[in-house]
Amino acid sequence: MKSLAHLVQMANQIAAFHAALPDHTEAVNGVAAHLRRFWEPRMRATLLDHLDDPACAALHPLVREAIDTHADDLRPAPR
Amino acid sequence: MTAIHEIDFGTPASESTTMVSLTIDGIPVTVPAGTSLMRAAAEAGIAVPKLCATDSLKAFGSCRLCLVQVDGRRGFPASCTTPAEQGMTVHTQNGKLAELRRGVMELYISDHPLDCLTCAANGDCELQDMAGAVGLREVRYGYEGANHLKAEKDTSNPYFTFDPAKCIVCSRCVRACEEIQGTFALTIDGRGFQSVVSPGQLEAFMESECVSCGACVQACPTATLMDNSVIAAGTPDRAVVTTCAYCGVGCAFKAELRGSELVRMTPYKDGKANHGHSCVKGRFAWGYATHKDRITTPMIRKSIQDPWKEVSWEEAIAYAAAEFKRLQGQYGRASVGAITSSRCSNEETYLVQKLVRAAFGNNNVDTCARVCHSPTGYGLKQTLGESAGTQDFDSIRATDVMFVIGANPTDGHPVFGSAMKRRLREGARLIVADPRTIDLVRTPHVEAAYHLKLRPGTNVALLTALAHVIVTEGLVAETFVRERCEGPSFAQWREFVARPEHSPEATEAVTGVPAAELRGAARLFATGGNAAIYYGLGVTEHSQGSTSVMAIANLAMATGNIGREGVGVNPLRGQNNVQGSCDMGSFPHELPGYRHVLDEGPRALFGQAWGVELEPEPGLRIPNMFDAALEGSFKGLYLEGEDIAQSDPNTQHVTAALEAMECIVVQDLFLNETAKFAHVFLPGSSFLEKDGTFTNAERRISRVRKVMPPLAGKEDWQVTMDLSNALGYPMHYAHPSEIMDEIARLTPTFHGVSYDRIDELGSIQWPCNDEHPTGTPVMHQQEFVRGKGRFMLTEYVATEERVNSRFPLILTTGRILSQYNVGAQTRRTANVEWHEEDRLEIHPHDAEDRGIKDGDWVGIVSRAGETTLRARVTERVQPGVVYTTFHHPESGANVITTENSDWATNCPEYKVTAVQVTPVFGTSEWQARFRQFTKEQLSLLAQAHWESRP
Repeated sequence: MKSLAHLVQMANQIAAFHAALPDHTEAVNGVAAHLRRFWEPRMRATLLDHLDDPACAALHPLVREAIDTHADDLRPAPR
Repeated sequence: MTAIHEIDFGTPASESTTMVSLTIDGIPVTVPAGTSLMRAAAEAGIAVPKLCATDSLKAFGSCRLCLVQVDGRRGFPASCTTPAEQGMTVHTQNGKLAELRRGVMELYISDHPLDCLTCAANGDCELQDMAGAVGLREVRYGYEGANHLKAEKDTSNPYFTFDPAKCIVCSRCVRACEEIQGTFALTIDGRGFQSVVSPGQLEAFMESECVSCGACVQACPTATLMDNSVIAAGTPDRAVVTTCAYCGVGCAFKAELRGSELVRMTPYKDGKANHGHSCVKGRFAWGYATHKDRITTPMIRKSIQDPWKEVSWEEAIAYAAAEFKRLQGQYGRASVGAITSSRCSNEETYLVQKLVRAAFGNNNVDTCARVCHSPTGYGLKQTLGESAGTQDFDSIRATDVMFVIGANPTDGHPVFGSAMKRRLREGARLIVADPRTIDLVRTPHVEAAYHLKLRPGTNVALLTALAHVIVTEGLVAETFVRERCEGPSFAQWREFVARPEHSPEATEAVTGVPAAELRGAARLFATGGNAAIYYGLGVTEHSQGSTSVMAIANLAMATGNIGREGVGVNPLRGQNNVQGSCDMGSFPHELPGYRHVLDEGPRALFGQAWGVELEPEPGLRIPNMFDAALEGSFKGLYLEGEDIAQSDPNTQHVTAALEAMECIVVQDLFLNETAKFAHVFLPGSSFLEKDGTFTNAERRISRVRKVMPPLAGKEDWQVTMDLSNALGYPMHYAHPSEIMDEIARLTPTFHGVSYDRIDELGSIQWPCNDEHPTGTPVMHQQEFVRGKGRFMLTEYVATEERVNSRFPLILTTGRILSQYNVGAQTRRTANVEWHEEDRLEIHPHDAEDRGIKDGDWVGIVSRAGETTLRARVTERVQPGVVYTTFHHPESGANVITTENSDWATNCPEYKVTAVQVTPVFGTSEWQARFRQFTKEQLSLLAQAHWESRP
């Protein structure tokens, strides 16, 4: 699934920026907030729905943690 | 005569605050000290005859026509070079002066053809006017003696003719080239009677260094340098002031016409962005507006394999609306969206995003700033609190140190590039950070103090290393930071940048910039006086574009270079309305005025005003739309003025996405590359055919005024309104001014903006509201828009686009002076004479390694695709780096670029693509397919015209 790999790459880039923050909680929240504020629901849903896909094995730990911590907020409302 | 008469005061205004009072021809006059007598007289309504003087140039004192008498002084001083003094009594008209002037004029006319009636400048010639003003009635010398009347014309330039037979050697053209443009292409060759104006070393204009900005033509008082369009059509009889539709400088022009035929575009002296200057595009390259390729009848077709069918506006709009409704019914509300261009006006982009949000009912709207300056919006909002540059262009007059990074102003923003060069000639120092040796690095009387020739993709490492020097060498503006910035974020940043791994010595291996040079540049930036940062797409179009923008803001804050004239963070916007299209809510996550769709307050405000409930989720960005189209969930797209098939990266990915969609509606002037994949074509109107506003790189909102009726019968905003109405969401605006009134009502930074107010002030820099009733030239003066400035940590993260043995070179792209972006406009003008094809610049070492000679065809292969171009072997690029432009679709520059993008905004990483370059003998497969597809599509277009014939 090409777009999932692309989403993983993009999410990891977001994490790489926030990884510089010394406050770990701030970094996790920063990643989650960025996904929530800038990713269209289809993109978030695709990532959240395929966390067990092999492509997601490459997810940055900060992204994993952001999703774990903020899953409810990141999960798009049904349309 | 033109309808708009601009007074020529003869010499520039003095900026002195000390006033002097004097009497001229019995009239008391008070002027700033340093004002010439000529200007003082002009301000009192007294026109002193002149030829070599014009108020855009320093006084020269050569023509001897402006002589005056001053009580108590001997002789007849030239009024242009004599400053007004307290208590002077000046006489500009008396018998002796008249006699002297007639004598001077007699000499001029004795070596000037007497062909006024057939001359292109007849009625618009200063020499003719002066002959009348001084009462010249006879020329006693005849034409028997030596003269220049048989001098040969130079018609090499496609836009103007140089007729030396008509030259009076006043040097205005030479001085304009030096003082205004800064190219120094012209000189006076020879002495005395032998003196002639010489492009280069007595070369033809096109062979010289001339950049065809038109400053010499503008300055010429005779028909010596004359627009070919005026020679062909005659002198214009009316003029309309409007704004150029090319780059983000936003020059004001007088569009001069005969009836509804545009004859000449003359830079407007009162234009606050350009002050009467222009470049080859704005001044001359407007012929595309009436080019034979313009499509002026709406067209539809079911499939892109079908011929186009010409239809009425009503049928085309109804078809497009029905298709969008069908798609939303079948695939869901989020299956359609729209993309606008920065070439559109504020009103047009506002209407399109309103259509998407209110009629489509989603936030799937984006604009081409996605692929250029979206990181500017993000980075500056995070640090300073507002997604905009901080200064006006005139701020550069007070700049002591310019730091230009990732921008090529003399090509991309030529009129501002000239302003930069002027300030540099006055003594400002220059730091350039660029992988290429751009012209600004070394140009007549200008040389960069530092050229940091970094490797593409390492901006963040370089900027953080500069910050390291500033912090570790005690160069921080401590008081400014303490008073104006967030303490905790600064403390965190200070500790971060001071780490040894961010030192110039540690980053040298990454950036390729010698540590000593970088340290020198950092010291100059921090201690050289007013330091201003100017940057372009060489900063933003990277995987760390947003991080670089934040690093730039960090530097400005740390050194206190923000919030006053002469300093600041200045993104040079590529297109005329990049700033405006972003301001208008064209991003999928933001409503007009940069208010997030997740924020309930603004959403409720717009929802109430528009009578709909707005979607509380961000929409798809342009690259996300492509992915969704290929996944099957995005099916319909409305594009206004944007050619994504040429301008966006990884062309084959883009065209596959276009082919996967069921309804593509293109509103444009021409059948551009994207339109070849379209199902509905709605004819667009050029900037000459509509009313509206553009907002330039300095947040300056300027009027675009309709100069001629729209060729297709509708202005673009009317087409969007019709589409919205057909979709069932009513829009009823009688004029674009009503759209601006709505924007102003709903957007705090625009509360004070209206067409009447713009007409009154000439132009307005937002914010314009009760707090700033005349606008805001310099932002963040007392405090930052966000309150305290926020320092951001900027860790360098290497791009994933790495060189290796298969792809050992880095390709970077850019644009050239004579062409504009995808070239849809400039390729349809004589500007192709300067740039008829895109070429690949390659360093001699890399060329020699590969057996490539200048002019050879080479194949360029990346992980995304392959194309061929002809090589230009040059040391302008460094070893390991190749460069090309993207103005011609068949070049396929974006077939090679990849989908890598900025982490925060998805702005594509156009500036870093790993490639291999090899000699080839044929074109690439993609180019062969492109040619075949183009041929087929042009044939389908021709069938539309054929079938519609009676």
